[in-house]
Amino acid sequence: MKVCVTSSGPDMDSPIDPRFGRCAYFIIVDTDTMQHNAIENDAAMASGGAGIRAAQTVASTNVEAVITGSVGPNAHPALQSAGIKIMTGAVGTVREAVQKMKQGQLQQISTPGPAHRGMGMGRGRGMGGGRGQGRGRRNM
Amino acid sequence: MIITVASGKGGTGKTTVAVNLALSLDGAKLFDCDVEEPNAHTLLRLGELDAQSVEMPTPHIDQDKCTLCGKCAEFCQFNALFVGKDRVLVYPEMCHSCGGCSIICPEDAIEEQPRKVGTLFTGEANGISLVFGELNIGEPIATSVIKAVKSRMKHDEVNIIDAPPGTACPVIETMQESDYLLLVTEPTPFGLHDLEMAVNVVKELGIPHGVVVNRAGIGDGSERKFCEERDIPIVMEIPFDRRIAELYSVGTPFVEDMPEWKERFRDLYGVIEEVVNSGE
Repeated sequence: MKVCVTSSGPDMDSPIDPRFGRCAYFIIVDTDTMQHNAIENDAAMASGGAGIRAAQTVASTNVEAVITGSVGPNAHPALQSAGIKIMTGAVGTVREAVQKMKQGQLQQISTPGPAHRGMGMGRGRGMGGGRGQGRGRRNM
Repeated sequence: MIITVASGKGGTGKTTVAVNLALSLDGAKLFDCDVEEPNAHTLLRLGELDAQSVEMPTPHIDQDKCTLCGKCAEFCQFNALFVGKDRVLVYPEMCHSCGGCSIICPEDAIEEQPRKVGTLFTGEANGISLVFGELNIGEPIATSVIKAVKSRMKHDEVNIIDAPPGTACPVIETMQESDYLLLVTEPTPFGLHDLEMAVNVVKELGIPHGVVVNRAGIGDGSERKFCEERDIPIVMEIPFDRRIAELYSVGTPFVEDMPEWKERFRDLYGVIEEVVNSGE
């Protein structure tokens, strides 16, 4: 399955960017092989309609899902109309976000978040529990 | 004649100057271009108003003709179009009505249709003609309604325009075509700072201008020094006066109670006329 992760840097170990429309990079990942490539988000500096333009870029990559922090009211219907699933609640690096999705730990959302919520705001609460369990097993 | 009353800072007295100037001149018409918060009418006794819709052409997609080629979205600089899997989505509030998408569409699938973005009001108040616009809540493009207000001006009449504050698109749209600009400031560091921004914009536009100092008598006089240095005439000073403030507080234009000020505003108009005529 091919997915897109919104990222603040160009590789798998970059921290994810919780903003959809104004993230720095889209990392396109094949979740089976973990092969990936980075696309710069040219909408990041758009004066308006960044979410719409970003959605168009993502739609052109034929991914099945987007992993991000929050999707605004403009990008949401665009991604839906492109048939792209929206997965939120990701934290950490791009690699970790993809792994979480594979483990079924991300939520698929069907309603948009508030406009401009992503601007500099950290999202993705409540993921600590999952991590704790993993460490516990290693210690045993 | 078009005289626009502007300022960088809000609350300096643009509306006060515009209203009192218009009331002092015979046959002058007042245009409130602050369409995001029109308020000139609050200083006037409004008669009956005529309301008219302000509409912007916005793309409508014929989904049967559309082949999802994506040329429209690629062309749109304002990201108002999105090409989905089976249809093109239109984001009307993003659209600047350039019409480019309907021209570029190879299938002739885009037709522009009018969409209401605001209201244009015309009427009479205190014996003068007043035109003002109101942008709908949530609409980002004020210039559409400003253009509609300005379309009611006649160049051979005396048109007084109350501009929105700031130095961005709505202000530029308002100032364009003006014969003269009155920049209203207050003698405070904040007032001076924003006056300088406004002056820089006005220099770009190349329109003759002068400064009106409102609440004159307070502050440190730095606005005088600034105007001297930049060679800008101070064409009027309205003192920090209890009587003027009291009249303002009950919504009465002060020229109505202080007729000597009507004279001063007429003199000011004389000065402006001279500058404008000598430029031609």
